[in-house]
Amino acid sequence: MAEIFFPNVNWDRLWDATVETLYMTGMSVVFTFLFGTILGLVLFLTSKDNMWENRIIHGITAAFVNIFRSIPFIILIVLLIPFTRAIVGSMLGPSAALPALIIGAAPFYARMVEIALREIDKGVIEASRSMGASNKEIIFKVLLPESMPALVSGITVTSIALVSYTAMAGFIGAGGLGDMAFREGFQRRNEDVTLMATIVILLIVFAVQFIGDRLTHKLDKR
Amino acid sequence: MIELKGIQKLFQTKDGQVTAVDNVNLTIDKGEIFGVIGYSGAGKSTLIRMLNMLERPTSGDVILDEKDMGSLSQSDLRFARQGIGMIFQHFNLLWSRTVRDNIAFPLEIAGVSKEERNKRVDELIKLVGLEGRGGSYPSQLSGGQKQRVGIARALANNPKVLLCDEATSALDPKTTDSILDLLVDINEKLGLTIVLITHEMHVIRKICHRVAVMENGQVVEEGDVLDVFKHPKEEMTKEFVKQVTEPEETEKSLEHLFGEKGIGQVLQLTFVGNDVTKHLITDLIRTYNVTINILQGKISSTQNGAYGSLFIGIDGEPEELTKVIDHIKKEQVEVEVIHGG
Repeated sequence: MAEIFFPNVNWDRLWDATVETLYMTGMSVVFTFLFGTILGLVLFLTSKDNMWENRIIHGITAAFVNIFRSIPFIILIVLLIPFTRAIVGSMLGPSAALPALIIGAAPFYARMVEIALREIDKGVIEASRSMGASNKEIIFKVLLPESMPALVSGITVTSIALVSYTAMAGFIGAGGLGDMAFREGFQRRNEDVTLMATIVILLIVFAVQFIGDRLTHKLDKR
Repeated sequence: MIELKGIQKLFQTKDGQVTAVDNVNLTIDKGEIFGVIGYSGAGKSTLIRMLNMLERPTSGDVILDEKDMGSLSQSDLRFARQGIGMIFQHFNLLWSRTVRDNIAFPLEIAGVSKEERNKRVDELIKLVGLEGRGGSYPSQLSGGQKQRVGIARALANNPKVLLCDEATSALDPKTTDSILDLLVDINEKLGLTIVLITHEMHVIRKICHRVAVMENGQVVEEGDVLDVFKHPKEEMTKEFVKQVTEPEETEKSLEHLFGEKGIGQVLQLTFVGNDVTKHLITDLIRTYNVTINILQGKISSTQNGAYGSLFIGIDGEPEELTKVIDHIKKEQVEVEVIHGG
């Protein structure tokens, strides 16, 4: 049946490409969550009237975030080639896509984290302070848990953006479904391969959205 | 227990310097319920936050439990705050935590072990009457229940002082009364010193022993609640006292009676403490040749005794009326002629 509609699809290759895409997405989501949360916390905590108010650090962080958020991803990959070579050692394979994916997505996510933290009621922070909570306790026991649903829905949106970034990373030889759609599908005029790769990407996106929504709903006790 | 010496707080705003609190001196004794009343913007909110250094005074000293709060190091201040509970107008609970975990939060901060925490949380849930709601999230509770969680949380580390920042202002009258009863109960049971700020005289009347009236950052009047009710000196204080002693729209409803037959003069009598039980009206009618018409009356109880006001219409010969007023004054009852004098 599948052979009739998709005569040119090499199923083993499709499976490998799917695994590569999942690997790139998964790894970059984990690191984006980590770095984005840290950057978002820095943006929030160093802002005006906050516990570590510091205009210089806030300014530098905000500039970094804005610059890397603004560069189109396809250009960012090219710009980061020397950096990627230095830390990954090669420009081939899915791991080579990770630095660009993370550097492209973390600033995007950092802004979402900052917004989520700003949504927290100032009164709750004041109440914690009145109980004698330290800054560390306020960050880990108040700020992060209270903003968790927003952090999770933010990472869901970011993950979906990352799935499409991995497709673009295919251009520099990172592999994955985007690479397959472009080289085996588009360049060899095998439309069925392009279509199949697209279907798999869609399934991944739907799955990510579903899991993200369920998790957000479960965490949100408001 | 608490001493404020020459407290001042300035804020820098775009429109220049604003004095939020201006040279406030107060002494609050151990075990008393002390109320600060004022309209919004009077500086009471800033004042209460300076007691636990959520706001630092620009000048002046805050001595709380023999500690000079302003001179404590960061870690000493955090420790001192564990001995000062605080509750808020909007409760400020962590919505991501259950009732139990909210109450346990200050215990976690104080480094109390898990078993001890559980034991203490059980006690507190019982104390504030939230049995069976421990597993609920704040969003599943009513306003009154949320404030009970706030109170339990504030009491978790056995504080010596409880600060109440407009704690009942977001609640309906019935719930307000139940929360106030709980505060009195805690004050008596635990010997806790309570400092509260409010804009409702009802709250002061119902639970406070002493009161300070704030206006434009200054304390304009201070004293025992009953004394302040009896002899309000400032215009501001009189307005607040009216909130609870006069039934609503008294003036308006009386005004339309003015000039009716049998109402020559209208007097406002104010009874304080034991005076309430005097048979003043009976004495007046029996002794003088006057007719008396009771128009309106109200008795409010305070922590230091009852306080009542009575409006009467009185008619008779002018000499008789003068005698009546002298008689009332002799009985130590405050009298004011509000019509026909």
